Amino acid sequence: MRPCEKQRPVSILWALILLLIVLHQDVWFWDDKRLLLGFLPIGLFYHMGLSVAAAATWLLATRIAWPADDSASGNERSNGADS
Amino acid sequence: MTPLLIIAGYLALLLGLGVCAGRLSRGTSTDYMLASHTIGPFLLLMSLFGTTMTAFALVGSTGEAFKEGIGVYGMLASSSGIVHSLCFYVLGVKLWRLGRRYGYRTQIQFFRDRLESDAIGIVLFPILVGLIIPYLLIGVLASGIVTNGVTRGAFPELFASTEGGIPPWLGSLVICVIVLIYVFTGGMRGTAWANAFQTAVFMVLGVVTFFVIAGRLGGQESLIANLRSATEAVHQRHPEMLDRSHLSRALYLSYMLIPLSAGMFPHLFQHWLTARSASSFKLPVVVHPLFIMIVWAPCVLVGVWATSAVVDGRPVIPDGVNVNAVLAIMVGKLSGAALSGLLTAGILAAIMSSLDSQFLCVGTMFTEDIVRHYNPRDRFTDRQIVVLARLFVIGVVAATYGLSLLNPVAVFTLGIWCFSGFASLVPLACAALYWRRLTVAGSFASIIVMAGTWSYFFWQADFAANREYQFLGMLPVVVILVCSTVALVAVSLLTRPPSDATLQRFFPDTKISRP
Repeated sequence: MRPCEKQRPVSILWALILLLIVLHQDVWFWDDKRLLLGFLPIGLFYHMGLSVAAAATWLLATRIAWPADDSASGNERSNGADS
Repeated sequence: MTPLLIIAGYLALLLGLGVCAGRLSRGTSTDYMLASHTIGPFLLLMSLFGTTMTAFALVGSTGEAFKEGIGVYGMLASSSGIVHSLCFYVLGVKLWRLGRRYGYRTQIQFFRDRLESDAIGIVLFPILVGLIIPYLLIGVLASGIVTNGVTRGAFPELFASTEGGIPPWLGSLVICVIVLIYVFTGGMRGTAWANAFQTAVFMVLGVVTFFVIAGRLGGQESLIANLRSATEAVHQRHPEMLDRSHLSRALYLSYMLIPLSAGMFPHLFQHWLTARSASSFKLPVVVHPLFIMIVWAPCVLVGVWATSAVVDGRPVIPDGVNVNAVLAIMVGKLSGAALSGLLTAGILAAIMSSLDSQFLCVGTMFTEDIVRHYNPRDRFTDRQIVVLARLFVIGVVAATYGLSLLNPVAVFTLGIWCFSGFASLVPLACAALYWRRLTVAGSFASIIVMAGTWSYFFWQADFAANREYQFLGMLPVVVILVCSTVALVAVSLLTRPPSDATLQRFFPDTKISRP
């Protein structure tokens, strides 16, 4: 795989994280008192949806851009003293 | 009396769990501090989540929603779902890998090694411990307030001055002692087990609390009718709680920086190192935002409902009440005795699942970064070191407990100050992992500027007593973080870069620049 192909999934991930941060500043529901299902304020519902979107983004990260594999632990050595 | 018996039973169960975990110990300090790096994905998820969700999440979020409305969820919960997982992903996995490779047990060991400086530890140690104390204070304060709120009326003669409830000083003391005992007996393994158990308890009971309170407030047949009725009362009496029109947008934006603090919590660093493998991080990274939603959304709605809750013609929350007590009062007044005891146990579980990691971490830092670092290996036996660590932890807890008796400020406000300090140290952690040009002088400059600006703003805010304090319409964390980052970059660029040997260790693909 060429370097630019390796970088592409990471770039997609960072773009999605940036999008989540932008969507977090939802000025469009700022003054909106509408209730969904008669009890859930729309501003709260929107941000609960954002939590779900964050989980989906991180799921994608684990599939396409995970930063380390298990073999990356290398040679473990102790910095302290075990008894 | 029934709630108290249930709470006592729960605490006894927790002690038993700590003792069981202690019996499985391998008897080494690595096992005591890092559970021998054996923690798998599920236990890592539960312990990381339990550690980050403290009294701030339950007691603080409900109290703040009572004051500010639904905006609290966006200010801290949905942003944490994005930023906490980002910290686990960007910092946690990489620090875990370096920790396994070079045997780190504390953040300071990593920074000393990466920056080739012993003195960096001397500067960082008091700052990290100093910032943990307000975090501990949140849990200690909240445990006393919650216990008092739920037991009001149980002992009218014995505790007349606190309306018959267990006085906050006594509730806090008991919780501190319980957590100390199970941390001392079970170490990190006991802490991880207790965290997993307590996280499950507070998540399940948190959802139960929500539906029970909705049922009592609504008084209707169906669940949806109850939910509608509870929110309708808010719509009529305090409609401003259902939107964010009264919140400043700049302030809201600045709250986005607060969850960054997870990247520098010493107790989270220690939990990261317990992971069995890099893959163990995948489950926490993905599920953490969903767990935050499950805990925070009900708490925020309960806080909003509390503004307009009326039962038998009387407001559930009396005027002028301490916002920290809102959740405890709602639980105490709107659920039966047995359920009230269970729900209180759930709230205490959330508080204790953070306190335990913090206690253990403070002890580990003292042992590794001070005692072992500055003494020859054969000066103290392993047993003596453990005794010293425990004495230090007891000293820190005693100091925190003493502070809790002096100045019971709002849990939420105190949390914001503590998180602001940790968040402003995150640029240092990122630079240490990803920027070759970071120098020890740049690191010192960043830490000193952070400590100086944080202290200045803390003083300006009357040591957290001024809950509304802002700077340029935003949280002070914005200025503190920008200043510490500018100092880090500017001074690093003006000073000598790290040695090639160090760069080779931390950035293996570095080209050697000097012969």
